[in-house]
Parts: sequence; C-alpha cells; structure tokens
Amino acid sequence: MGVMNFTGTVLKNLFSKPATRLYPFEPREYTERTRGRVEIDIDSCIFCGMCQRKCPTGAITVNKNDKTWKIERFNCVQCACCVKNCPKKCLFMAKEYTEPGADKLEDTFQKILTPEELAKEEAEKAAMQEKIKAAMAAKAAAAAAEKKDE
Amino acid sequence: MSTRSIVPFGPQHPVLPEPIHLDLVLEDEKVVEAIPSIGFVHRGLEILVQKREFTEYAYVAERICGICSYMHGMSYCDAVEHIMNVEIPDRAKYLRTIWSEMSRIHSHLLWLGLVADAFGFESLFMQSWRMREKILDMFEASTGGRVIFSVNQVGGVLKDMDSAMLNHFVAELGDVEKDLKVLSKTFLDDAAVNNRLRNVGFLTKQQAHDLSIVGPFMRASGIKRDIRQLGYNAYKDLEFEPITSEIGDSYARCDVRIREIFQSIDLIRQAVGKIPSGDIAAPIKGMPEGEHFTRVEQPRGEAIYYVKADGTKFIDRFRVRTPTFANIPGMLETLKGCQFADVPILVLTIDPCISCTER
Repeated sequence: MGVMNFTGTVLKNLFSKPATRLYPFEPREYTERTRGRVEIDIDSCIFCGMCQRKCPTGAITVNKNDKTWKIERFNCVQCACCVKNCPKKCLFMAKEYTEPGADKLEDTFQKILTPEELAKEEAEKAAMQEKIKAAMAAKAAAAAAEKKDE
Repeated sequence: MSTRSIVPFGPQHPVLPEPIHLDLVLEDEKVVEAIPSIGFVHRGLEILVQKREFTEYAYVAERICGICSYMHGMSYCDAVEHIMNVEIPDRAKYLRTIWSEMSRIHSHLLWLGLVADAFGFESLFMQSWRMREKILDMFEASTGGRVIFSVNQVGGVLKDMDSAMLNHFVAELGDVEKDLKVLSKTFLDDAAVNNRLRNVGFLTKQQAHDLSIVGPFMRASGIKRDIRQLGYNAYKDLEFEPITSEIGDSYARCDVRIREIFQSIDLIRQAVGKIPSGDIAAPIKGMPEGEHFTRVEQPRGEAIYYVKADGTKFIDRFRVRTPTFANIPGMLETLKGCQFADVPILVLTIDPCISCTER
C-alpha cells in the first residue's frame, strides 16, 4: 500500500494547460456528424408529411394546404429519423444546438410560391377537379344505365 | 441488545444521482437490515412499444438509460432482427462491437469517478471524468451524439467509420490507457483509497451464485461468467477471458472494473484489426412475427430483452431485465453488518442504474 501516489498527477496538472476550455471566449467546435437540430430546405419540400408520421416524439407538424412545416424545437430529440425518411432529402441536421430558453420554441417555415408555380398549382387543381367531375359523371351514367336495365 | 433505529437513505442522496430509497435498520452504527424501494422514475417506456412503429422504437429503446443507451438500442434491434430472420452484415457486427466496448469504457470511467467522489477524493473524480470526456468526444465524432447515439436501425447500423477514424480512435484509446495506468495506481495502491474500499461489503462466491448476481459484481466474487462469451456480434472472433477476482469486497469490484477497461481497449484494437469491408445494413422486408430473447453483457452485467411481435407494425410486448434489478438483492446482502458510514460506497459498488431498472 503506497502513499503519495497521486503526487505525480498533481504536479503534472500544475504545469500543463487546463483540460477545460474558457467557454464563452473559446466556443466548442462541433464535429462533422454532430446532430444539433433539424433544418429544412423548404423550397424542395413537397409536404408529403412523412417526417410528421415517423417522428417518435411528434414534434413536427406539416400542413399541406398552408404550405407550412412546423417544428417544436424542445420536443425534438435529434434522432434524425425524419432526415432518414424524407423522400426528397430536404431535411438535414445542422451542427449547432437550439439555444435553451424559458418558453416553448416553435419554428415555422412557409413555402412561398412564385407566380409560375402558383399558376401551375392552380392548373393542376383545376385539372384534378375536372377529372373528379368526369369520374362522377361517368359513375352516375353507369348507375343510371344499371337502373334502366332493371 | 441496543435499541434499533431506522434511518431513511435516499431517494435524494448526494452520492447517488438516481433515486433509490433504502430504509436502514441500525443497531448503534451497524446496519442490521436494509429495505429497498424503487419506483421514483418510472416512465412507461415498455408500453410505448405498442404505440410506436417497430423501426421507430429503436430510438425510444435507447432512452431507457443515459449510460448504456447504446446497448439498449442495439439489443432491441438485435431481437427484432432475430424475429425477422435478418442476418446483419459482418461490418455492422464489428461496428456494433466497437461502440459497445466504447460504451463499457465510458461507463466504467464514470463509475470510477463516482466512487472516488463517494469516498471524498474529488481530484481523482475529476481525473476519471477528464478521461471519459475523450471517449464522449469520440462518440460525437463517430455517431453525432455524446450520450444518445441513434446509430442503430433494424437491419444494421446507420453510420460507418472509415479506417482513418478507427485508427485515430485506437491512438486516442492508447492515450487513455496510459493515463489510466497512472490513475489505477492511486485507485488500487493508495492508502487512503484502500482504507475505504478494502474489507467492506463482502459477497462470497456462494452468495453471488445463490442470489443470481450479474456483471462485474459477480465476477469480483469469483464467478467466471461473461455473456460476451456467447459470441453475439463480433465477439466470437475476438479473444478475451472474463476478468475475475477471488476477494469479493469493494476493492475487488474496483479492481475488476479497472481491468475491464484495459480489456475493452484491447478488444477494440482487435476489432479494428479484423473489421471486414462491406455494407453496414441489410434490407428488411415485411413485419416481424414471433418472439425472441436477447442476452447481452452490459457494463453493469447481463441484460435480458424479450420481444414479442404479432405481425403488425406495432410490437406486442417488450421487456427488459436490467442488471441493476438482478444486483439489488446482492447489494442488500453486502449492506447487512456494515457500518453506517460505508453504506454510500456499498450502494455505489454495484454501479446502480435506477433509470434502467424502472424504465
């Protein structure tokens, strides 16, 4: 059983630089893979809602009509499950963490459509309405024909 | 006969970061009996398996514990893979082994710090945690998280480590090994430390066997058993012998854990030398149906996972038998007859993880 075993370590620590950083003046560098927080490239999002369905904590809300993508920052657990499952790969993990706060923090991203995109979407909507109308008319005609046969 | 008194210990106690409550029956300063009660941090994670898709639950399973988080996620995925008859690629097995051993090193270093803190050696505690910080940085560089890694998926792992990264890790672990060699002299040789650890909290081999103790607690009592010898993951290709001690007191538990850190560093070196190239995940098809038991050696001992799936995307039942749960009867046995001042150390020497136990 020895005594003064720790003296070597103590002396070494006295004459070497500290193991800790002088934090606010010397911020920590994040690694390449650090999962800090979820970010979105809203322009390539198609609002499919896959991230909302896959999120284990239910932090993400996707609204297709308003073209908004919303995340509750402090509900998110940075598992990157949404990033893995995004079909358009428009979600990614930023290295910086969300700053702590006293209130619940929600970040909402909205896709602003250009006039051409808006026109295209209107056209698509109209085409879909036409299609639905045509399908319903066909169905009604078929039903009428069936009734006639009886 | 002196009068008996009952002293409550915990759930809030400076030596324990986690809540366990003990009613200590004392005769003067001597503990006659300890009555445990747990249940302060139950979070209902097992029932959550019925509400999350089986692929997503891997992220929930990790959050059972903050120290052996990796092993929980890995074992859950392993059980589901067995049910679905998925053979994961060899590289994924090696990566899982490397991360498991890194978890073991970081858990044991954490324990060394806590035990140093418990017997009042603050600077030794700081030194242990300084070393642990290196392991946490390695985790962040390889997985993106320091505590919760989220790199497991059913079918393999999500992130790869290239050879440059692996070699860097081996070099870093070499430094940790050097530092630990210096520090272990203090832990195992110093008079002040020895006075607190030696000849307290004996558990004989027979008692350890009868009470079904697991992990380093059991091996310190002389039972040579390690679940890694079953050869799950890449352990079948690696050479190692379970580390045991014949003494069975607190000192032996400290000794076993320190030697296990050296063993883990050696296992990582072997795994890095043998790691094959190839894919890191196998595709999965359909939904799991069936049941499976998985046994793994966590830093604290053997953990058992039971998964029962019924062919839907939600799993029917998930159950974890954690090592701390198995070790509590042994802890109560060691407490009988000890001095009141030794109670914190004896509770710590089983390396209790109450969050795991209560899930």
